[in-house]
Amino acid sequence: MPASSLMPGAPRPSAPPTPERPPRREPVVDLRLQGAVLAGRAASALSRRLGRGGGTVIGGHVVTRLAPRALAELSRALPRGVVLVSGTNGKTTTSRLLAHLLAGQGVALVHNRAGANLLPGIVSALAQNTDWRGRPRAALGLFEVDEATLPHALGPAAPRAVVLTNLFRDQLDRYGEVHFVAELWRRALAALPAPSALVLNADDPLVANLAAAHRGPVVYYGVEAPEPGGPVLPHAADARLCPSCGAPLAYRLVYYGHLGHYSCPACRFQRPAPTVAAVAPLRLEPTRTLLTLQVPGGQLALALPLPGLYNVYNALAAAAAALALDVPPPAIARALGSFRAAFGRLERVAVGDRAVSLALIKNPVGCTEVLRTLAADAAPKTLLIAINDLFADGTDVSWLWDVDFELLAEQIATAVCSGTRAEDMALRLKYALVAPNRLVVEPDVERALARGLALTPPGGVLHVLPTYTALLAVRAALHRRGAVGAFWEN
Amino acid sequence: MAEPTAAAYTLTLAHLYPELMSTYGDRGNLLALQRRAAWRGIVLRIEPIGLGVPLDPDRYDLYFFGGGQDREQAVVADDLQRKGPALRAAAAGGAVMLAICGGYQLLGHEFRTGEGAALPGVGVLDVRTVAGARRHIGNVIVRCELDGAVRTLVGFENHSGQTYLGPGARPLGRVEVGAGNNGADGTEGAVCGDVYGCYLHGSLLPKNPWFADHLLRRALVRRYGVAVPFPPLDDSLEERAHQAVLARVRTVGRAAVGVR
Repeated sequence: MPASSLMPGAPRPSAPPTPERPPRREPVVDLRLQGAVLAGRAASALSRRLGRGGGTVIGGHVVTRLAPRALAELSRALPRGVVLVSGTNGKTTTSRLLAHLLAGQGVALVHNRAGANLLPGIVSALAQNTDWRGRPRAALGLFEVDEATLPHALGPAAPRAVVLTNLFRDQLDRYGEVHFVAELWRRALAALPAPSALVLNADDPLVANLAAAHRGPVVYYGVEAPEPGGPVLPHAADARLCPSCGAPLAYRLVYYGHLGHYSCPACRFQRPAPTVAAVAPLRLEPTRTLLTLQVPGGQLALALPLPGLYNVYNALAAAAAALALDVPPPAIARALGSFRAAFGRLERVAVGDRAVSLALIKNPVGCTEVLRTLAADAAPKTLLIAINDLFADGTDVSWLWDVDFELLAEQIATAVCSGTRAEDMALRLKYALVAPNRLVVEPDVERALARGLALTPPGGVLHVLPTYTALLAVRAALHRRGAVGAFWEN
Repeated sequence: MAEPTAAAYTLTLAHLYPELMSTYGDRGNLLALQRRAAWRGIVLRIEPIGLGVPLDPDRYDLYFFGGGQDREQAVVADDLQRKGPALRAAAAGGAVMLAICGGYQLLGHEFRTGEGAALPGVGVLDVRTVAGARRHIGNVIVRCELDGAVRTLVGFENHSGQTYLGPGARPLGRVEVGAGNNGADGTEGAVCGDVYGCYLHGSLLPKNPWFADHLLRRALVRRYGVAVPFPPLDDSLEERAHQAVLARVRTVGRAAVGVR
């Protein structure tokens, strides 16, 4: 039996060994790694104590500086291995759903819950999980990974499963075009160990096409129910061409963005049949989704406490991954029904006699789907839209013009536009025909929040749509009002 | 998009390859043209012209050609050759054209790839583009002289192609911040008659309403003569957005972070 890679001869953690993992090589005591882990944890703790934030990233920087192979060694020490979740949209919610599913099975997890999804954030989570003798407390590592970081994480983490959600254009200034990211992934997947499972979105041609890059098992998930689909690709679709031969794809059904039922008229590439699917009936309601989950062996009806078709995909991705990790289907359905929304993903918090609903926006397809979900309830709305153009948000705000704000325009009672690009946002709404007297420009996020709350009728909801760094500012402002805990405690 | 029903003036715009060449907020340019026309009682009809769709050069007052991803651009370049004669006839007849980024490159004579292959363009702009090793990404401020007035254009560039102007083109402006056409000669964009090309996303026209109005007015003059009423609009929000970008870029800088 292989011993922990950090402490030879130490008792094994309580989780059972997994036969599908290859045997680990006999390790030597790595004092350097152990020291690095302790130093990283100290840095995180200090950062938290000084009130500088959650310390989720600083610790990881310290560890990797002191022990460059930390990710590989800390991953190998986990008895049930590592699962990685990546994609443009849905990483955080999918990995949280999967964490919830696995926790329900009694699997002890280490998880970058706060969404720090670059290498330092992942290494930091692993370091936090290590006890003072260098042994992991958890059995399985579950990490959401930034799309551009995935190729760097795949080799060292040697995951037993990789879950890919979708590829949409996102921060073109930083990631480049979607085909470029797909190509990086395709090459990186060659490093995936052959017994590992690749969990792919059948409805995204760019993602489904990656199956060819892996020698091992592939689990597809997708939507089969026809009701939420439409006949034509929207203007913001990113992948109209066959990823295999370049000819324009033919779509029988489009769900959103370029997700749907497609086939290539020129080559044999077509949507693979999903193993895990949402079949009819599928009912999208303003705050939840009535879902019929098809898995090998039958169908399970459940109420997913998340709204929006994009969350159906997140639930399917988590269910398919759980299936690949041998969670029994009835337990999957049960756990999906008892989930709670992730940080800033249509999360709702009380502020006095008003409620604040937070939904992160970051790219055209994701933002349009958030708007579509909000618009399902036709009541007039007070909005706070906060657009920052810092590195983590994307410095190019052109994407605001590819979002269908028109979907919501007639429901906007007032929109407070905030962030470093408050004026750009207000202008976008003006051209969506929101009357200028319904627009408030207040670049300072904290003041904008106060303004938005004042404009929200008592008992009403302020819908806050921030980009990533603006979300952090909103959370901090809410925290100062005593409304929520700091997000790293979430 | 809502349009007034009984308008005295109507313009028709050909949107070239809307499905494949609309990546960086190009839709904002069409929205700006359409709304700013509508607010003056002018109807702007927009017709998509995609792959394999024939182009009638007499039908359109305006042409818009947006940016695309590399893969889509290669497919478009092939189809565009069949539309070349119609586009050259339209440009010679004074039609107003605006092309951004990939569309700008394809309206030139050619695009020379890193491997040395030359993809032919339409040639309505006297420019040539060569693939560059470095990608220019970030906010841009351009000083621009049109109709005797010097004004600024603000936008965001994201391109690795380097474009050089021939003697038949003049630059749209000179970069105050940003790389512009090629990162070397300080120029940005190109103008040949009423054909305009540039690298500015952002979207370009909403935050630079004077340029949107310039294009509309040129198209109106061509179709209806000089007598079309073209009242000013309340552009306080547009002006505020323009000034906010100028201030942010001049103080914080270009905030460009290259990935490749």
